[in-house]
Amino acid sequence: MHHPVKLGANDVQWCFSQVKGAIDDDVAEADIISTVEFNHSGELLATGDKGGRVVIFQQEQETKGQPHSRGEYNVYSTFQSHEPEFDYLKSLEIEEKINKIRWLPQKNAAQFLLSTNDKTIKLWKISERDKRPEGYNLKEEDGRYRDPSTVTTLRVPVFRPMDLMVEASPRRVFANAHTYHINSISVNSDYETYLSADDLRINLWHLEITDRSFNIVDIKPANMEELTEVITAAEFHPNQCNTLVYSSSKGTIRLCDMRAAALCDKHSKLFEEPEDPSNRSFFSEIISSISDVKFSHNGRYMMTRDYLSVKIWDLNMENRPVETYQVHEYLRSKLCSLYENDCIFDKFECCWNGNDSVVMTGSYNNFFRMFERGHRRDLTLEASRESSKPRAVLKPRKVCAGGKRKKDEISVDSLDFNKKILHTAWHPQDNIIAVATTNNLYIFQDKMN
Amino acid sequence: MEVSAEAKRVMVQALSKLYSSRTQRGGLRLHRSLLLTLVLRSARDIYHSARAACDSEEPLGPPAADPQQCPAEEAMETSGGRAETAVSVQEQPASRRESRDDKENESPAGAERQSRKRRGKTAAEPDFLPSKRARMDPSEERLPTRSGPGGCRGLRGTLASLPVSQAIAAF
Repeated sequence: MHHPVKLGANDVQWCFSQVKGAIDDDVAEADIISTVEFNHSGELLATGDKGGRVVIFQQEQETKGQPHSRGEYNVYSTFQSHEPEFDYLKSLEIEEKINKIRWLPQKNAAQFLLSTNDKTIKLWKISERDKRPEGYNLKEEDGRYRDPSTVTTLRVPVFRPMDLMVEASPRRVFANAHTYHINSISVNSDYETYLSADDLRINLWHLEITDRSFNIVDIKPANMEELTEVITAAEFHPNQCNTLVYSSSKGTIRLCDMRAAALCDKHSKLFEEPEDPSNRSFFSEIISSISDVKFSHNGRYMMTRDYLSVKIWDLNMENRPVETYQVHEYLRSKLCSLYENDCIFDKFECCWNGNDSVVMTGSYNNFFRMFERGHRRDLTLEASRESSKPRAVLKPRKVCAGGKRKKDEISVDSLDFNKKILHTAWHPQDNIIAVATTNNLYIFQDKMN
Repeated sequence: MEVSAEAKRVMVQALSKLYSSRTQRGGLRLHRSLLLTLVLRSARDIYHSARAACDSEEPLGPPAADPQQCPAEEAMETSGGRAETAVSVQEQPASRRESRDDKENESPAGAERQSRKRRGKTAAEPDFLPSKRARMDPSEERLPTRSGPGGCRGLRGTLASLPVSQAIAAF
């Protein structure tokens, strides 16, 4: 049963629901969460980590005993998706870190997802087994073969119930198609094809065919000395199967129509906002690089995330975004330090809520931000163990940019830049959000009365 | 002078980051290398123009035109060079792009590209970077000729004559 999405970020009171992962302050690198994704119904929530593992949580059915909260998410399946590999030709190690997970829409009892590391995409089938055959004639129950001479009667094996077992098996491996590091995968609305994008190329795959892919975008210059930009993210349109967008390190977004030509090097639309010359600095190029691009569910808008802001673009207007939200403008004067400690290279993602009225993205100090589009309101919340009591309402946070710090405000200099929220996801229908800190996954939901 | 001091600091850090990214797990990140190269180039330009503005009539520093091409060249070359040899081996048999120009094998210094020797070890270390590798025979320190007359200069002299090309070619 789904509950109607309430209006806006500020009408909603966000409450802590669950936290997953070790409480340890000493974070093992393999446990660092690298991607978070709800499936199409929101019943399943997948995370990928630096160690190449995928953990899937399933929402429990709502119980009559607890009408005031939605079902909890519990571990459903855990499997090792990718292993570290070695490219002998280039003498390079290929990291097992899961860069992206994308769910396929459900067609039958099994669930399917695509997971990718830097070089290889895999299609995983997750299926349930709750019965097993028993009563074989030639085998014992433990699987050992019986001596045929001891078989005196025949019986028909029957299926008997067993404890639920969730199996994950790799059904397809899509390899050897990317020279550079894969940053995005996106399933097409035709549910037959998907794209994978690396720094310089985008390939189109058929889900059933692993030994070939079609290159649809190639921005590699003939001379690498002339390279000025790379592809940073790509996504298919949610309902136009011929349309895709890709963002660049220069802050531009290109919309391509696959009907126009086999190779979509010429864009159909180019979205770019001229830079404000008063903001020019050494680091302008770095902070204008787009780290994520996401279409709205209705397909009319797209959202981009660069280092300091979130921009919403109307697909019909290329010369500037229709909305711009400052995520942490107070960092603009700190860019030099953020460059020194490498934080300026952090790639934040962004996401839409179910009805495209609110957008969300992460920040530092385990803060995450929501922007309510119609009412131009914003909210800052924190994912922390301190505010982790069941159903505790999260208190809005505020950063003091300068001047006198009010009570309950945090000064910019006190922010912990090691605590960053890069990955967030919003349930497709309900006000349930998953927010990943370094190695913990927080689940928050709206307060239900 | 504050501008040039900051520019110098940004440059030094960019070089250091580019250098240390060689040992990063997962290989060279093209996006990060590109951004660092762009920062390095604009910081260097600002540094030179700040220095030139402060100097007397006689302009100091290396010829601007030449090293301007170098950072992106060298960085992209080293990041792309190895990739190109790999891709020609890994190319999909039924790729749609077979009939097009083979971008993979097009290279200005073909022989250099096909070489699998690591150029990095041959570059002498700039004195402001921590020494991480043993120095090789000086006769192996030649860089590709494309970098022009300024590129193969030794690392003596002030930061004003910073041979960016050599430092980046370290990876």
